[in-house]
Amino acid sequence: MKYIPTIGVECHVQLCTKTKLFSEVDNDARGKEPNSCVSPVDYALPGMLPRLNGEAIRFAILAGKAMNCKINNYSRFDRKHYFYPDSPKGYQITQFYHPIIGEGYVDLPSGERVRIEHAHLEGDAGKLTHFDKYSLVDLNRVDTPLIEIVSMPDIHSAKDAHDYCKELWRLMCFTGVTNGDLYNGNMRFDVNTSIAPEGSNELGTRTEVKNLNSFRSVERAIEYEIARQTKVLKSGEKVIQETRGWNDATGKTTGQRSKEEAKDYRYMPEPDLPPINLTQEFIDTEAAKLPMMPSEYKAKFAGIIADDTLEVLLDYPELMKKLGEISAGDDSSETVSREPYEASEESEPRDGEREQTLSKKNVSALKLLSNLFASVLLAEEKSAEYLNDLPTAMELSELAEMNEKKELSSTATKEVFLRLFDPQMKGRGTKNIAKELGLIQENDLDALEAIVDTVLAKPETQKAQDDFRNGEEKVIGFLVGQVMKESHGKANPSAVQEILRKKLK
Amino acid sequence: MKVANQKVTAERLVRDALEKAKHFADYNIFTFLNEEGAIKKAKEIDAKIARGEKVGRLAGVPYALKDNFLSPEGQTTASAHILEGFVSPITSTAVEKLEAEGAIMIGRTNMDAFAHGSSTENSYFGPTLNACDKNCVAGGSSGGSAVAVALDIVEFATGTDTGGSIRQPASFNGVYGLKPTYGTISRYGVVAMASSTDCIGFFTKTPDDMDLLMDIASGQDPKDLTTLPDYYGLANVSNSSFETVSREPYEASEESEPRDGGRERTWSRMENCRIGIIKDFDNESVRPEIRQALKNKIESLKSKGHEIVELEMPTLKYALAAYYIIVPAEIASNLSRYDGIRYGFRSEKAEDLNALYKNTRSEGFMPENKRRIMIGNFVLSSGFYDAYFLKAAKARTLIVKEYEKAFEKCDFILTPVSPNPAFKLGEKVNDPVAMYLEDMMSVSLNLAGLPGLAIPTGKTESGLALGLQLVGPRRSDKSLIEFSKELI
Repeated sequence: MKYIPTIGVECHVQLCTKTKLFSEVDNDARGKEPNSCVSPVDYALPGMLPRLNGEAIRFAILAGKAMNCKINNYSRFDRKHYFYPDSPKGYQITQFYHPIIGEGYVDLPSGERVRIEHAHLEGDAGKLTHFDKYSLVDLNRVDTPLIEIVSMPDIHSAKDAHDYCKELWRLMCFTGVTNGDLYNGNMRFDVNTSIAPEGSNELGTRTEVKNLNSFRSVERAIEYEIARQTKVLKSGEKVIQETRGWNDATGKTTGQRSKEEAKDYRYMPEPDLPPINLTQEFIDTEAAKLPMMPSEYKAKFAGIIADDTLEVLLDYPELMKKLGEISAGDDSSETVSREPYEASEESEPRDGEREQTLSKKNVSALKLLSNLFASVLLAEEKSAEYLNDLPTAMELSELAEMNEKKELSSTATKEVFLRLFDPQMKGRGTKNIAKELGLIQENDLDALEAIVDTVLAKPETQKAQDDFRNGEEKVIGFLVGQVMKESHGKANPSAVQEILRKKLK
Repeated sequence: MKVANQKVTAERLVRDALEKAKHFADYNIFTFLNEEGAIKKAKEIDAKIARGEKVGRLAGVPYALKDNFLSPEGQTTASAHILEGFVSPITSTAVEKLEAEGAIMIGRTNMDAFAHGSSTENSYFGPTLNACDKNCVAGGSSGGSAVAVALDIVEFATGTDTGGSIRQPASFNGVYGLKPTYGTISRYGVVAMASSTDCIGFFTKTPDDMDLLMDIASGQDPKDLTTLPDYYGLANVSNSSFETVSREPYEASEESEPRDGGRERTWSRMENCRIGIIKDFDNESVRPEIRQALKNKIESLKSKGHEIVELEMPTLKYALAAYYIIVPAEIASNLSRYDGIRYGFRSEKAEDLNALYKNTRSEGFMPENKRRIMIGNFVLSSGFYDAYFLKAAKARTLIVKEYEKAFEKCDFILTPVSPNPAFKLGEKVNDPVAMYLEDMMSVSLNLAGLPGLAIPTGKTESGLALGLQLVGPRRSDKSLIEFSKELI
């Protein structure tokens, strides 16, 4: 008998708001001492009351919109009770009855559509580190805002689950609501998996694997669960509804807590926080701030940037955004920084032509830069650091232009490209950097001709000239080399070869 | 209220208060006496006065602080073992406002642990004795604060009222006690009992003192999102009947709330008011002396030209039941943070995490705390939520509406505070239901978020204090205080 798997995913997204969800303490604890980002509210001193972070509400609207969700005008917080040292209040403030984000959907690259049941705001828990005889508690993460996204059970393969999680990650990164650092748990996935005989109308008993923090582990855990459940059913036994843990090293899931042992969270409306009443006007204003999403970039760059390159770059929202800026070209926000460069441009094209010229220029710029991003920048050891502080679109456009005009050889283009990211070179301007490095090629034909003449007049080149005239093609390389040497490497070699051929006819 | 000035020093006022506090030590009023701190502050104020600098409206006024208000002076324990040793790094908003006007805390007052109780017998520090009769209870939960004012140790004391914890001890000891409209005074920095009904208020000897304290302590606080926009003492909008806002206490201060300033009817002249009397409260279960006191006041009000309106309020009989579902649920939740991990008491028997939780909470909470935690967790349990909590929440909405209807017919309602005057120590300790019944006339206000003022109304033949309760619509707090003068 063939079994069809049915999968639903719950995804927790840590929001990168400036302050925490219910207090005014720094929400960015990266590289900070344990328990240094904790307010009396997070610490749950007696008599402390939660305050609501408006930025988290705005982020929730963006996140919801990115998933094509309805944003609810009325939502409210509830308390979810449990005792554990990572929860100082003894309850988590979440949205159980009235979530802020309603129904929506996410389309996968395969064309499959996964419906979103709802998504809600809640506070994260602290972190425990266990030792032999004691555990240490770090409350820095307490009440970092989270959005929990709950999908409908619309997924039927481990691969699609992987793609769904990755798509969610991309969407959340592009909206800018999260830092999206999976390694540090910025996004965590719980997967519910069940299998049922093909053609059956009923779903099988599901298991939940919690706290997966990579797409790969999502895929592997589901693959394991499908195989395990199939084996259980084939041996005539029943799947037990339970929570299971994933071990990345062994590649197995193990039972943790059955339904009978499930906790009773004793949900209750949060009496310290008034309900959130959002006007439609406010929702619309905030939703309009949604930046371009991956699907829109794909549509825009189709046919310009190669599919596989695009697929790589879509994992880096900051690079896509930069390419977007470059393609926009005459973005008004850049006119100021652009002025100094414009002086060197020959002549301003007239309005009508400008659009045409720019877009043609931009197409080649996008081709060049997308390749440089994918094959040069991302290959760099320091790429992660570089991604935090990209050169301006003008600097990059100028680089592309210099390459196009052959002022820079392809090797020189790569070198200048990398220097643009170098903190020590930052802000000096593409042309200046290229000049300082002596990488600008001599394209002035008169000047080149003069250099060629000098070289041809030298006695040591006479034999080669004769050989070439006698049909020895390959000595042209030697002659070009001599010219390059004479020009201190600044001559454009292809132009030099052309001149040489003309002169040696 | 005696305020420090050129003639009377703050130090004199504070030393007198401390002296009296020690004199009445056998009443077990204080859990902490702030001798050093209070005298230091008094000297600072005296120095200011000597330099001719401006001092606040409560300059050098000694006051008593209920033990559930956070301040760095002394331990804040809410008279509970589980908070033993807790010295707060935080000062509650209410205390900040009082001290900014120069008030000086001379001590923290005894209370039922976590404010769970109506007699102050549930305190870890033992009961406080009644100001009129040492064999009787002080009432509760703010028993210490009421007695401190009744015995004239301090000019005023703070209290919290979740179901009657200010009004009942005020009436048991013969002082004024106000539970303001929900959201009038910030709850920030006050140990929470039940978030949706907790109110901060005061005990005073006169209505004017109450008015001054309300003017100082009230107001919207960004640290408490349930506080109302400022309204107390602001000019009135119209002289018609009170505006009635139909809204659940949970929703008290939505962002959409218009900040249009005061909407309260201010009474230029307290004339020709309509006073509502609740028929159901006039029955055999109420002590004859209390019914008689109410009748006397009714006659006196009539003679002053006020109109008496009889009200039928059939849903009020469900108030106590709804209260003892909603409030324990919130209590169970709010007490979850006391786990022995971060502050306060931790059991010695803590060999593993579960033992740490169980033993700390078993040893640290009083029996009444545990009773309410268990009720609260029961009504919130999966499968019982709809039957209990949700039903109680619906009853609450009906009570809110019934009061709104009542205030279409009258301006104020006059009722007893409780069915009995102060009872004997130990009399009801082992009968929790009898104890809960003491709250039947006070809790409905907390569910509806309405203001209620306990007014001293003479004494019984045996010398026990009697009190009546004046109830008004939301935000009528100032008028309530003003009208209470008609009852003197």
